[in-house]
Amino acid sequence: MGEVVGIPRALLYYHYYPMWKVFFESLGQTVVTSGPTTRAVVDAGIKVTVDEACLPVKVFHGHVLALAGKCDYVFIPRLVSVERRAFICPKFMGLPDMIRCNCRDIPRIIDSCINLSRTTREYMRAVYSTGRMFTGSALRILASHNRARTALARYTRHIEGGLTPDEAMAVMGMAPSFDEPAHGTVAAASSSGGGPAAAMGAGRVVVGLVGHPYIIYDPFVSMNVLRRLREMGVTVVTSDMLPAAVTEREAARFPKRVFWTLGRRLLGAGFHFLRSGAVHGCLHMRAFACGPESLIGEVLERECARRRDVPFATITVDEHTGEAGILTRLEAFVDVIARRRKP
Amino acid sequence: MKVTFAHMGNLYITVRALLEDLGAEVVVPPMPSKRTLSIGSRHSPEFACLPLKVNIGNYIEAMELGADTIAMAGGVGPCRFGLYGEVQKEILTALGYKFEMIIVEPPQGRLRHVLQQVGRLVGRNPVGRYVRAARLAWAKMTAVDELERLAQAARPFEGHRGAATAALASALELVDDAGSPARVKRALEEGREVLRAAREPGGGNSDPPRIGIVGEVYVVLEPFVNCEVERRLGEMGVLVERSIYIGDWVREHLLKDVLRLRKGRRPYELAKPYLCHFVGGHGVETVGSTVEYARQRFDGVIQLAPFTCMPEIVAQDVLPAVSRDLGIPVMTLVFDEHSSDAGVITRLEAFVDMVERSRRRRASRG
Repeated sequence: MGEVVGIPRALLYYHYYPMWKVFFESLGQTVVTSGPTTRAVVDAGIKVTVDEACLPVKVFHGHVLALAGKCDYVFIPRLVSVERRAFICPKFMGLPDMIRCNCRDIPRIIDSCINLSRTTREYMRAVYSTGRMFTGSALRILASHNRARTALARYTRHIEGGLTPDEAMAVMGMAPSFDEPAHGTVAAASSSGGGPAAAMGAGRVVVGLVGHPYIIYDPFVSMNVLRRLREMGVTVVTSDMLPAAVTEREAARFPKRVFWTLGRRLLGAGFHFLRSGAVHGCLHMRAFACGPESLIGEVLERECARRRDVPFATITVDEHTGEAGILTRLEAFVDVIARRRKP
Repeated sequence: MKVTFAHMGNLYITVRALLEDLGAEVVVPPMPSKRTLSIGSRHSPEFACLPLKVNIGNYIEAMELGADTIAMAGGVGPCRFGLYGEVQKEILTALGYKFEMIIVEPPQGRLRHVLQQVGRLVGRNPVGRYVRAARLAWAKMTAVDELERLAQAARPFEGHRGAATAALASALELVDDAGSPARVKRALEEGREVLRAAREPGGGNSDPPRIGIVGEVYVVLEPFVNCEVERRLGEMGVLVERSIYIGDWVREHLLKDVLRLRKGRRPYELAKPYLCHFVGGHGVETVGSTVEYARQRFDGVIQLAPFTCMPEIVAQDVLPAVSRDLGIPVMTLVFDEHSSDAGVITRLEAFVDMVERSRRRRASRG
């Protein structure tokens, strides 16, 4: 007789959902997520947050509110750090507090503090205390955690194989039920066809998309950037599809180690796209007023200006962004690439 | 080698004393002005936070005066400040400036690297000279803090508008000119006297409203970027206190880190019901100090933050709950290169009016 744990479909849902789902299900709980982001979800989030918060944080608030009444618990981990000597972003560190202060009448919050910046002991203690809410057996918690890690590893392999989170979850059979089916043809094409290198060989346009997963994979927030580009016949490689070894190596070109995990990945991916010749263009999509991206984007722009061989564009989104404006800019960007490729 | 550094309020007095006593030739950038800000924001990333932009303006204006070496602090996150140095270096290099940038990273328990960087700045020195320079800088820093506190206490009671501010400026100049700890002491005593003279016996409201200023360290300490919030409030007859003084900041963030002492936990304890984890920068201190001011029965709190400052946004997001629970009015002012005096003054006047009305209401209720 498990209880229901809700996971908001926002922020690091796109990185960790399979892991969190398997963990709670192995502990005998039922896992639900909020629906896709809609205007109503965004509006609900905007209403309870301060103006200055970034769109992804506002969207997250909206998803938490959308889970009210649908579950017994809502899982809002405090993601301080997921690797040694690096953070995610200050807003992730205060997320459960922000939700608690702003959202009334929501299910009980599970706010496990995930901090791997110094030791793994702290992390295992958080896993254990989270598990203890549902079972007394330490063994069972450990086993659930192992299964969760395995699921995450499989998920990451799918992503690095060129699938988007939605597609990867569909392949793993854990897509949230109310979703429209992922675009099967595209998934099949990118997983069987050898990925971007093959697409490039076949004369197709390949674009590297740099952006936080919670922006580029959320169709509402990103104004459908992935689907739009694919409809224009473009093969898209996102920053998450590059192996960590590549992004780490490339990010090390910056004289100082970037202390944001996602920021370092974006920087490494951007450098790779701009320098390796593996893509025809590099598109950076960011949220208005995103702190890390204000500096990462600047460094990438300067790199692009120095090299001048791969077109680079930045698109900034916020809650006022209109789809028509984005579409025009995407078309213009793809046109620029096409014109440069003509002999 | 002519060393320069960015402005942050009156910090230049301390830094200049330290570097000059260690034998460096120092170029203090002109005090930040509209020109500084417009140069800085022209060359900086649009969404970078304000301090980065003003820093760039400071550096360029200092290089126009002949500086060729920039001293800067580093950081290990999660606040953006930790990457300022590297990004600023790229910006200035691309503009064609020839300079060396020395970024002193926080020691994280290892002092050697810090000493190497400082050594690059000032050359080799006997240990005794470091001790002497540190003593002088320390004396100046504590003197500046005390004078700023005295000016805040004097403003609501000053004889004529601007008297306390003028007294503060002349007192700071005395401290800046003093060449030894003993002279600093004398300058401080003189400064105390000047500031006392600025108060008019029986002047002003005998029981002025009290407002606490909290927020991000740079905009709190730099009057130019915060449109002189502190002076304006004082001249409206408000007794102002702020949560951060340079001395406290150095003690908490530099010394205790180097000496590996346990940091003061009080703001963290107070903030706990609202924000129970470090969020970088001064986010927790902002919340904790607001609780502290509420407990001390202040009449209001004003939070100052640069636009897009991540830690302060987290704090700002939970402050309404603090305000609701503890019944203390809280207002947030966000600053960027578009902030204007008129807009800030209007908001300050409205806030002070509101605070005074609720004081009268409380008083009449008894």
